[in-house]
Formats: sequence, structure tokens, C-alpha cells
Amino acid sequence: MDNVIRRRTPGARMLRAGLYALLMVMALVYLLPLVVMLLTSLKPLEEIRAGGLLSLPDSLTFAAWLKAWGSACTGTRCEGLSGYFMNSVSIVVPAVAISTLMGALNGYALTKWRFRGANLCFALLLFGCFIPFQVVLMPMAQTLGWLGLASSTSGLVLVHVVYGIAFTTLFFRNYYVSIPDEMIAAAKLDGAGFFRIFWRILLPISGPIITVSVIWQFTQIWNDFLFGVAFAGFGSQPVTVALNNLVNTSTGVKEYNVDMAGALIAALPTLVVYVVAGKYFVRGLTAGSVKG
Amino acid sequence: MSQTDSPLPRSRAKAARHSLSGSLERMLPRLVIAPSLAVALFFVYGYMLWTFVLSLTDSGMLPQYDFIGFAQYARLFANERWNVAATNLVVFGGLFIILCLFLGLMLAILLDQRIRQEGALRTIYLYPMALSLIVTGVVWRWILNPGLGVESLVRSWGFEDFTFDWLVNPDMAIYALVMAAVWQASGFVMALFLAGLRSIDDNLFKAAALDGASLPKVYWRIVIPCLRPVVFSAVMILAHIAIKSFDLVMALTGGGPGYATDLPATFMYTYTFTRGEIGLGSASAIMMLCGVLAILVPYLYSELRGNKHG
Repeated sequence: MDNVIRRRTPGARMLRAGLYALLMVMALVYLLPLVVMLLTSLKPLEEIRAGGLLSLPDSLTFAAWLKAWGSACTGTRCEGLSGYFMNSVSIVVPAVAISTLMGALNGYALTKWRFRGANLCFALLLFGCFIPFQVVLMPMAQTLGWLGLASSTSGLVLVHVVYGIAFTTLFFRNYYVSIPDEMIAAAKLDGAGFFRIFWRILLPISGPIITVSVIWQFTQIWNDFLFGVAFAGFGSQPVTVALNNLVNTSTGVKEYNVDMAGALIAALPTLVVYVVAGKYFVRGLTAGSVKG
Repeated sequence: MSQTDSPLPRSRAKAARHSLSGSLERMLPRLVIAPSLAVALFFVYGYMLWTFVLSLTDSGMLPQYDFIGFAQYARLFANERWNVAATNLVVFGGLFIILCLFLGLMLAILLDQRIRQEGALRTIYLYPMALSLIVTGVVWRWILNPGLGVESLVRSWGFEDFTFDWLVNPDMAIYALVMAAVWQASGFVMALFLAGLRSIDDNLFKAAALDGASLPKVYWRIVIPCLRPVVFSAVMILAHIAIKSFDLVMALTGGGPGYATDLPATFMYTYTFTRGEIGLGSASAIMMLCGVLAILVPYLYSELRGNKHG
């Protein structure tokens, strides 16, 4: 490959320029929706109605953002997305923490204390990664009702923990399986117990995989719509459900700028995480698919 | 269930030798797994069975247990809307997978040419994957709306006859879904292929170049065949995404115009939760499960066989 490209013939240079041009054009195409979202959210409504999807705002305004956050109508209520944003936070934080902790302990027990049936356990757990959630909706709705958790934030935390464990266990199991057993064996000989070994030996070297697991769970749960729309009540809807309601509220004038500001508000947390820790995000995405 | 198949007599004999805390220590790994396993057995396998049972009943607004055999499945297959949804899934899923593979492979190969700023470009191609599908749906609905979106933009450039009405055209709306979904997921496929390309030995390229093979030929004849396992994984993940697609339809088209863009996932939701046909909705959920299994079983089979060889 080096030989082909480093030969500085005019033809090769042309090819190289074309390559960069193509990559830049593709980058623009991928960025376009984000740019349109941002531009639209910063324009007053009259300017939007005049057309010019890609034109810069003549008069920059943050009114749409303020409205989307504080006073836009989602269905019959007009309190903006702020409350729902907080709902999402209070669902995501405990659900991510609990499912990651359980995944870590599971992965540890499955790889470093190989008891009989460990592989069967893992296979049984793993299937949870693949089921279409439609198949659990109706029974889950009934169960949440019986538990008194219907339409509550705690109910959604439970649902996300239950269906997140499969992924977190997969992450931690695949990570711990590559850690040499000798370290553990030595600690066992020294008389260290189950939790002591976990706490002293495995946890200190689990930083990367904890990050992967937290980011994966955070993105999944924050972006969830199906469980939110099926199980949440008015007081516990996550921001994705509220955004969908905001956009579909048909009373009054269609305020595209508020819609776009709302979409950006709902997207910001996961976008920030992606930009800050993209490497771990990609590792989470590919963890289940490209093993080794 | 796997806790109970432990060799009880042996552990009892050892318990006599070890202290009580020692035997507790020996049980700990199983105790730690037990809650997760119980959760999986109930919330995954139990629920699958439960939904299957519901699909055999004539449950309407509320679940009830008067069994009517497979009548709901017969109704489902005779249901025009279900057939539209199933056909849509084939069209949507097929195009989605093919376009994602094509774009993903192309971007990965282009990026693999020692590009400056590769990291930045990769970040740009992949960021849509971090977004909620609701956000994707909302923004594409705005871009594609005929009144003020791309259509009016191109018309304002002087092409007065330009029409781009996919979103409101029942024959074309499904392609609007494909477009948004490909935008969202193709960067992910690129990341998969790029990881695959990076694991190919550089000497392969050098040897082929010494033999006088041109770069496109090297890719076509040598590199792409090496990526077969990645293609396989990608297809399986994308098919899985397609079958589960719900959010994007809800936000972009709402299943409309009419029910032109219904997919099995939205069909199931509509019948179960808004039309009060739990029996029929459950039957459609079981059909979705069958679809996932049809993809998953061959995949796992080949994975396990591959592991044995390795």
C-alpha cells in the first residue's frame, strides 16, 4: 500500500485529492442534520417560514431553547422538557449503577470461580441481549401493576436493570476472562475471599470496562423510548417520550424551532458523552459483535 | 437451576472439614449469580412463555385466559395491516442492511488509506449512533417535510419542479425511513469494518503490491473476502435493529400515511396498547421473536463452530 500511494505521480496526487474530497463531502452529509437542527433552533419562526433550510439566522434568538426547556406543550401540559429531562436523569443514574455493579459481580463469578454450570448460566443470561422487547411488554405491564410500580420511575429503573444485566455481564465476562487466573489463584492461597479478591484485585484494573459499561447503559437507557412510552405515567415519562409528544402536539402553530431545540436538549447528554469518551462508546458497540 | 445440580454429598462431606464460613464462601459465586439468573428466568424466559400463552387466548383490552388455539395467528396472517407491516420489514430491513454495508465498507476502506484527521472524520461518521432514534426521527421529519424542508430549499435554488415528498407519499414513505436509519447506523458498520481492516496483516498489501496487483484489485480479491466474518456480524446486528425498529417509525412517520410505514414493532404496540387486542398483539410479538431466532440461531451455530476450530 505504501509503495502505491507514496509514488508522487500527478495521477496519484489527483487520486489523493479526490479521496479527501469524497471523505469531506460524506462528512458534510453526516453533519447536515445536526447543523439543520442547530440553525433551525436558533431562528425566529417567521424566518423559518420564509424558507432557507441552511441559511444562517438573521436574528439569532435563544427563545426556542428557553421555550422547549421551560414552557412548550407536551400533550396537554405546557411545562417544557425540563421535568422530563430530570425524570430521565433519575431513571438513568440508579439503573446504570445497579446494572453495572451486577454485571461486574456476574462477570467475576463466572470467570474466576468457574463453578459447574457457569457456562450454561452465561448462555442463559446472554439471550437477554437478543430478545425483541415487544415480547416482554404485556407481561411486564402486568407485573409492574402487581408490584405497585406501574407508571413510576422506580418501575422503569427495574425494567432497565433487568434488561441491562445481559449486556453488562457480557462486557465484564469478556474482560475478566482475559485476566490471568494466576493472580486470583495466588490470592486464594493467601486466604483472600470472594469479595476481597474482587475489591482488591479486579476492581482496580476494571476502569476501562466500567467506562464501557456505564457509557453503553447510559446511552441505551437515556435513548429508550419503547419502555418509556409503554410503562411511564404522566409524572415519570422520560425525555424521549416527552419530545415525541412535543413534536406531535397539534394544538396551535407548529413551532419548528422549538421542536429542534427540544430534540437537541434530548440529544445533548449522549452527544457529550460520545464526544468526550467516543473510544469507549465504540468499544461497547463492538464488544458483542467482534470478539477477539 | 444450575445451583441445584451442584454435587450436594461432596460439599456436605467437605463442610464437615471446613468451617461454616468456609462453606458459605464456597457458595458465594453461585449466590452472586443467582439473582441475575432468577431475573433472566422470570423476566426473559417466563415472559416469552407468558406472551406465547396470551397469544393463544382471545384477550382483548385485558389479559384473560380463554384458550382458542392458534386462531390469533390465523387472524394475524389474514390481517391486511400485518401483511403490510411484514412486507415493509422485508423492504426496509433489506435496503437498510444493504445500504449500511455498502456505505460502511466504502467509508472504512477510504479511511484506511492513512488519512490525516482520520479520528475527526470517524467521530463525524459515527456520532448519529449516539442519538436517540426519536431525535433522528424528529430531525429527518423536519428536513424531509415538503413545505419547508429540502424540497423548498432545492426549489429556491431555481429548480421549480423539484418534488421530494417521500414523507407524505404512501409509496415512498418507507424509503424515508430507510434513509434516516442508514444515516444513523452506517457509521457503526464503518467502525466494524475499520476494526476488521486494521486486523489484516499489512504484509498482505505489500506482497500483493510487489506482485503488481492494483489497489482496487487487492481489496476486491483479498481484503473483502477476509472481512466475511465482519459482514456476517454486521448483517446479524443490522437485521436485529431492523426487526426491533419502533422509535424511528413513531417519530418520523407515526406509521403513516395511513399505515403505509407500519412495521411489526409498531403493529404490535398499536394492537396491544391502543386497540385493545392483546391476543393478536401477543401473536405478532411471538412472530417477531421467531424472526429474531431465525437470524440468531445460524449465527450462534457458526460462532460456536468457529470457536471449536480456534
